[in-house]
Amino acid sequence: MAVKVRFFASLREQVGSAGCEIPFSAELTPAKIWLLATKEQSMPTKLLIAINQEYATLADSIREGDEVAFFPPVTGG
Amino acid sequence: MIEIRLLAETFDPWRTLSAWADRGGHGIDSGACSVFIGTLRDFNAGAQVREMWLEHYPGMTERQLQRLVKDAQSRWRLNSVELVHRVGRILPGEAIVLIAVSAAHRGDAADASRHLIEALKASAPFWKKETLADGSSRWVTGNTLGYASATA
Repeated sequence: MAVKVRFFASLREQVGSAGCEIPFSAELTPAKIWLLATKEQSMPTKLLIAINQEYATLADSIREGDEVAFFPPVTGG
Repeated sequence: MIEIRLLAETFDPWRTLSAWADRGGHGIDSGACSVFIGTLRDFNAGAQVREMWLEHYPGMTERQLQRLVKDAQSRWRLNSVELVHRVGRILPGEAIVLIAVSAAHRGDAADASRHLIEALKASAPFWKKETLADGSSRWVTGNTLGYASATA
């Protein structure tokens, strides 16, 4: 099973994609996924990450089938 | 009674509040109700705003809002919470968010209401994109502190 990658809001526009799937491999982290999914675009300084719709960090571990999302600071309300 | 709703269409916060009260949202066991309503201003960061698009992360948004309400329930003694948030296209004057909190006592109601709007703005995955009077558009990059004196 692959890992599902999603980008939201201004980040989706910067990356030029709403998301993709990347093959699972051992020792995958959001930091590595960012490089693979964006073809090594530079990472914004204010970046939020979610794994399976829960806030996470760049170094968290990823399992097969996880959904990993990258997005800018939130501005609701 | 906890209700959390995302709406893709415009809503009247005053009628929503009244309907909530009619459904028993503010029962006889409550002695205080604190309400926060957020609407779209026609200006932001020095420009006239014509309309706004509110994007969100379906699934995570609902999950996060539920967590925030649960957290508020564990910190204050609350009887009911009504939380309604818009997504999609919003025009100036229209409501973006409604938070109503009923409790036996005013401190619990007022503190939880204030906490909920601040926690929502800090952590619920919504993003605003403004269309300005000249037709250009821009993503809102962060929240203000919430006081005119701090944004002037």
